[in-house]
Amino acid sequence: MVKLTEGRGKELFRKYGVAVPRGVVVGSAEAAERATKDGSVPLPCVIKAQVLAGGRGKGGAVRFASTAEEARSAAAAILGSSFQGETVREVILEEKVAIGRELYVSFALDRTARLPILIASARGGVEIESVDDAAIDRQTIDPFPGLLAYERRQAAHALGLTGPLAGELDRLLSSLYRLFDREDAELVEINPLAVVGEKLLALDAKVIIEDDAAFRHPEYSAIRDDRTPLEEIAREKEIAFVQLDGNIGVIANGAGLTMATLDVLKEFGGAPGVFLDLGGTDDPKKVSEAFLLMALAKPRAVFLNIFGGVTRCDTVAKGLVAALESVPASERFPLVARIRGNAETEGIAILRAAGVTSVPDLKASAQAVVAAAKGGA
Amino acid sequence: MTVLVDAETRVVVQGITGHQGTGHARAMREFGTKVVAGVTPGKGGTAVEGVPVFDTVREAVLQSRANASCLFVPAPFAKDALLEAVDAGVKLCVLVTEHIPFHDMLVMYHYARSKGTRIIGPNCPGIAAPGKAKVGIIPNVVFRPGRVGVISRSGTLTYEIVNGIKEHGLGQSTCIGLGGDPIVGTSFVDALPLFENDPETDLMVVVGEIGGTAEEDAAEYIHAHFTKPVVAYIAGRSAPPGKRMGHAGAIISRGRGTAATKIAALERAGAKVARFPYEVPEMVAEIAAKAARR
Repeated sequence: MVKLTEGRGKELFRKYGVAVPRGVVVGSAEAAERATKDGSVPLPCVIKAQVLAGGRGKGGAVRFASTAEEARSAAAAILGSSFQGETVREVILEEKVAIGRELYVSFALDRTARLPILIASARGGVEIESVDDAAIDRQTIDPFPGLLAYERRQAAHALGLTGPLAGELDRLLSSLYRLFDREDAELVEINPLAVVGEKLLALDAKVIIEDDAAFRHPEYSAIRDDRTPLEEIAREKEIAFVQLDGNIGVIANGAGLTMATLDVLKEFGGAPGVFLDLGGTDDPKKVSEAFLLMALAKPRAVFLNIFGGVTRCDTVAKGLVAALESVPASERFPLVARIRGNAETEGIAILRAAGVTSVPDLKASAQAVVAAAKGGA
Repeated sequence: MTVLVDAETRVVVQGITGHQGTGHARAMREFGTKVVAGVTPGKGGTAVEGVPVFDTVREAVLQSRANASCLFVPAPFAKDALLEAVDAGVKLCVLVTEHIPFHDMLVMYHYARSKGTRIIGPNCPGIAAPGKAKVGIIPNVVFRPGRVGVISRSGTLTYEIVNGIKEHGLGQSTCIGLGGDPIVGTSFVDALPLFENDPETDLMVVVGEIGGTAEEDAAEYIHAHFTKPVVAYIAGRSAPPGKRMGHAGAIISRGRGTAATKIAALERAGAKVARFPYEVPEMVAEIAAKAARR
């Protein structure tokens, strides 16, 4: 998933006709000062860190300024600081608006209904999870007719909006649903949606784009998520790779088997450090790359747990043996292999020729790798 | 027909000329499935290992009387290919393809449903009834005909568990890999009634994962309607807190969707929940042995 920063989210809001406060995104204190002087951001203004984590207000990443100098020093204080592990590289400067009420609206996916869902609450400006269920209005949306006028009226009713403000909401929801649909979003959320006189303004923007739709949206490919450098390399090679705190590396195929492998390791006192899901592949080279990537993470022991389906066991064995040959002796680590399923006999023979024994029993192989990781400590 | 596929199932393979399509069409035939046609636009008139290839699904259905489709079509073209099968009157579509955008899947699911077509998948290994037919990619070697029904959201973990059932001397009536995506054509709750009504299934294995609330929904169904014994396993008990779909996701699932909530719900519904995959076949064998003694 690609989470967009507030600034990028608001660019999309503007493109689709969702009103946002006047503002700019800048990367330096000088630019912040200039923006307030040349009139692109009216004073007084608010300065917010462009980070993906929530809770910026409480965390000191939102400040106010009534002069150009204050804007400069506020930006200087936020830029370069660290917010929940993220370094702040940009800030957004926006006009400070006179807020009447704060509302909440979002479109997301309701997996059980297999439909988009419109969520609205009159209690915006706080975390929506903390809002009482009775104060949250939910409507599933059928994608065939799309978002209907009565559904927008229902949302206006739930938010207590009447007259011109109900009309404003009608237009806003149409625009926001169009964005959700056309940009392949998993989530579009406005919290708070501010009532400012007879207008509605999106004071924040949370937009998450679905990874699987990347082929339709090359523009998002450059946006990096909160990955470690090794996770980034894995992403480029299309290998699912997650770094945890432990010291055992796990290579498995398929998300379910990978998770089950972690469950078993934990049971026997092991601490998974990296897990890597090969997915389905018929290319030994991809297996080699995955294994070398694992070596970079410096695990104390590695557990290879493969059940061959689309992926043949002999393919995995060939890739593994090729990778083992290119790892220098000084950087080797204990390896426990378990390969079952499609082409199991061929795979086991290839491994045996390279001096690797496949342990067929899941419990026994997990215990062996936990012991190996502890032995090396 | 017992659960979705049987000896009358006639399969058209969409994307049969690709590497995966060709290989799995062969494996399905080796399983005993009637693979009657393939479709690849532009390759009509050719054949793949004796299976005639057509340009369109309509043509394939007219010529070969196919009544099920197995799709190996790349994600960007999957929606079009599936809707083509639906419009050609195919009533069962197994969508193997992974990485299909859920916005596409929303349209596919509701369109297919309106036309009376069942989708299994996407991102799934498909369905197999040992001794009858297989539509999908589950390796043939794990199966043996028997009386255990299996439904799962996983791929390889399903193979692991199905293989374990075989190694314990038991076999399967029908096994369905439902797929792990946020939106699937057939969920646990959709599949369970088919097994409840299947005279060839004596007991059920349900393999779930963390995320979503499909297992909790299944538990509610089992509690209210399912009369056969159920053994379940939920993968991911020790997984780090996964990707959350923002705040809205949290209030849609309302505190459900963790391994703990799923396991508790299934246990309340009377299912036996295994802690590890290798316990599933052991529990299944125990229940089968007790039933045999009666």
